[in-house]
Amino acid sequence: MSASPPRLALRGITKVYPSVVANDGVALDVLPGEIHAVLGENGAGKSTLMKIIYGVVKPDAGTIRWEGSPVQIASPARARRLGIGMVFQHFSLFETLTVAENIALALDARRAGGDLGQRIRDVSAHYGLPLDPDRHVHTMSVGERQRVEIARCLLQDPRLLIMDEPTSVLTPQAVEKLFATLRTLADEGCSILYISHKLDEIRALCQKATVLRAGRVTGTCDPREESAASLARMMIGGDLPHPRRSAPKAGAERLVVDRLTLPADDPFGTSLHAISLAVRAGEIVGIAGVSGNGQKELMAALSGERPVADAGAVRLDGRPVGSLDAAGRRALGLAFVPEERLGRGAVPDMSLAENVLLTAHRQSMVRGGFVRSEAVRAFAEQTIAAFGVKAAGAHAAARSLSGGNLQKFVVGREIRQRPRVLIAAQPTWGVDVGAAAHIRQALIDLREDGVAVLVVSEELDELFEICDRLAVIAQGRLSEAKDIAECGADEIGQLMAGSFIAPGAHPHRHFSPAGALGLDPPPEAEAREP
Amino acid sequence: MDQLAQLVALTLAAGTPLVYAALGELVTEKSGVLNLGVEGMMLVGAVAAFAVAATTQNPWLGVLAGMAAGAALSAVFAVLALTLLSNQVATGLALSLFGIGLSAFVGLEYVAVVIEGIPPVAISGLSDLTLVGTLLFAHNPLVYLSLALFALVQWFLYRTRAGLVLRAVGESPQSAHAIGYPVLAIRYLAVLFGGACAGLAGAYLAVAYTPLWVEGMTAGRGWIALALVVFATWKPWRVLAGAYLFGGVTLAQFQAQALGLDVPSQFLSMLPYLATIAVLAIISRDAATIRLNAPASLGKPFHAAA
Repeated sequence: MSASPPRLALRGITKVYPSVVANDGVALDVLPGEIHAVLGENGAGKSTLMKIIYGVVKPDAGTIRWEGSPVQIASPARARRLGIGMVFQHFSLFETLTVAENIALALDARRAGGDLGQRIRDVSAHYGLPLDPDRHVHTMSVGERQRVEIARCLLQDPRLLIMDEPTSVLTPQAVEKLFATLRTLADEGCSILYISHKLDEIRALCQKATVLRAGRVTGTCDPREESAASLARMMIGGDLPHPRRSAPKAGAERLVVDRLTLPADDPFGTSLHAISLAVRAGEIVGIAGVSGNGQKELMAALSGERPVADAGAVRLDGRPVGSLDAAGRRALGLAFVPEERLGRGAVPDMSLAENVLLTAHRQSMVRGGFVRSEAVRAFAEQTIAAFGVKAAGAHAAARSLSGGNLQKFVVGREIRQRPRVLIAAQPTWGVDVGAAAHIRQALIDLREDGVAVLVVSEELDELFEICDRLAVIAQGRLSEAKDIAECGADEIGQLMAGSFIAPGAHPHRHFSPAGALGLDPPPEAEAREP
Repeated sequence: MDQLAQLVALTLAAGTPLVYAALGELVTEKSGVLNLGVEGMMLVGAVAAFAVAATTQNPWLGVLAGMAAGAALSAVFAVLALTLLSNQVATGLALSLFGIGLSAFVGLEYVAVVIEGIPPVAISGLSDLTLVGTLLFAHNPLVYLSLALFALVQWFLYRTRAGLVLRAVGESPQSAHAIGYPVLAIRYLAVLFGGACAGLAGAYLAVAYTPLWVEGMTAGRGWIALALVVFATWKPWRVLAGAYLFGGVTLAQFQAQALGLDVPSQFLSMLPYLATIAVLAIISRDAATIRLNAPASLGKPFHAAA
């Protein structure tokens, strides 16, 4: 027993949903100033547990003690009054509102005072999370949105901070910076619950770890004394597969991007400047970079979602395709896995079979204008089986799948169409380790089959694991692709911060008019990026 | 000069019921609730206002009664659509039909009754002194009130924290709930406000604009108010402009009928509706504006997960 009571103590927390037991007698102690990891695969019950602590979900059974005294956390407002802050991963930002308005909504009225814009800038500068308070959230990428979430939490002076995979959007240097911040916060007495599947990070940051599997605690340990492999074993109940790959044997250039320049179509978007890149048959080329540096725009231009005027700027097998739309490029053998699996990669309310039809209809699924539903169902069922997708069947609605399972399905759907070129954006974002390993192996297998693969990711580990060559995107410009063996993590980090861009070549950023809270526009437009 | 002042006065007078009804509906929709019962709530407000004004000889009591009646009818909608999660579109349509029938039934004995309506303000000296005086100081008090309501709604939605919360609820009730705002209570208040405004719009028609009671006297203004909110891309000032555009064209078609133009009167009666929708549709064809201002959760039921 330590001298002071745990800041938070859970005992016997149980939550049963109609089809699944999300938490089964979970116990958890978080000491003051402790950085405590909660590890587990998607669906292990981490999110439910965090929602219970944050007052969003009521447990069916169990007790919660806060600093020694029993409490009922009936609402998030109550949780915030206790001093619990949470960095959400999904569904907590308002897209049509500005950053400042989003943050103001989560603060008490007295904390959301008139100097909020300045405080946001202070906090974001202090913690290395560049943010413009007046920007509308709907113009921001996933990564930038997460910065808003983090800043929002830090402004609440929390005594327990719940962080749900906060590092997936940061450069290695920024991760170090965030860790330094979190350690400072912890030294000041703030407890931190750190949810992640990045085992190395947990070993570097956390003093204690609680591992969940299928709703139950399968172990607690000091992650600094464990290896990544032993943590993974506790988490998935088995060994993590290692990717198998053969030596590179790249063939002819399949996808060529030639000085692609594209002005932003959105006042907050990033313009692309003379991007050149070649992806050859039988190799995986990675594009690293912090989100919001033009990935979204590049993906739109490559997939055909946004055709470009200069048809020769994008070439497939030597053929100019820049002016073709997405369907035209797919007909030529391009497959695309978008970043947002719900809404872009799949239609949430449609079944998996219907979602197959959306991109795979060229696989003789339509005859004389009629859909051959048995062929569609067969394709869906084979995809489910081949990629180990956990789903109720081909008829299950896309939204009923967990993020990792749906991602496996979307990737599988594209791969099984035997493309000549596959482009994948954030293929394992928010996906648990087991599913991520599976997806990476599938991409490598595709490479072995002689397909040209382009992967855009913010996870450097992933890129180092699967890529043959690596380029970095920063401020709408792409660095030269280098052999993976010649790339060091430090160097890539420098590139991600824009070190390869000539001074004076900064892109123009625009700002919205001062928001509804009477905020002044930022003093300097260029001073935000580090 | 007098004519110009009169033109302005008549335009404002004709547009005012739309200002009330559409601003109320705008607030309701900004919270993410689509209440299609505006026409019904206006009629019920109108008949309640007229009946109370006729009984008490006090048109202002009538106005209060109209607001209360509109709010009461909207409360029925709120219970059905928000608490019992019925389909908002179907419930709203039913509410309109119910309001039309109920008002006709209640209003039977008031059809030929004459009441003393609310007269325009007349500040001696100021109102008839100059053109400016006539323009500024000779309208119905309820016209001024509607302008005040516009300012209030604009200020509330975009300058206050409560307004920000309301917009947030309309944007994403799940997120608002996750942060800890009482989504249901906020939506109830927004629906009641919309009902009271629709009732006030009806009351204005019955005790100030005409003043008399005729079955179905709103003549589809409730529906045009609904369209106005959408085509105004949920912006209060565009609602105001659209309402006065409607008022102006209404006036113009009266003039045209009086002049005996060789155009069927039915066609002329269509004009205000056509012109308002056409102009607003052209103004609001920018997809980005719509996306930024339309409440994303509009019409979708919200049920907080246990």
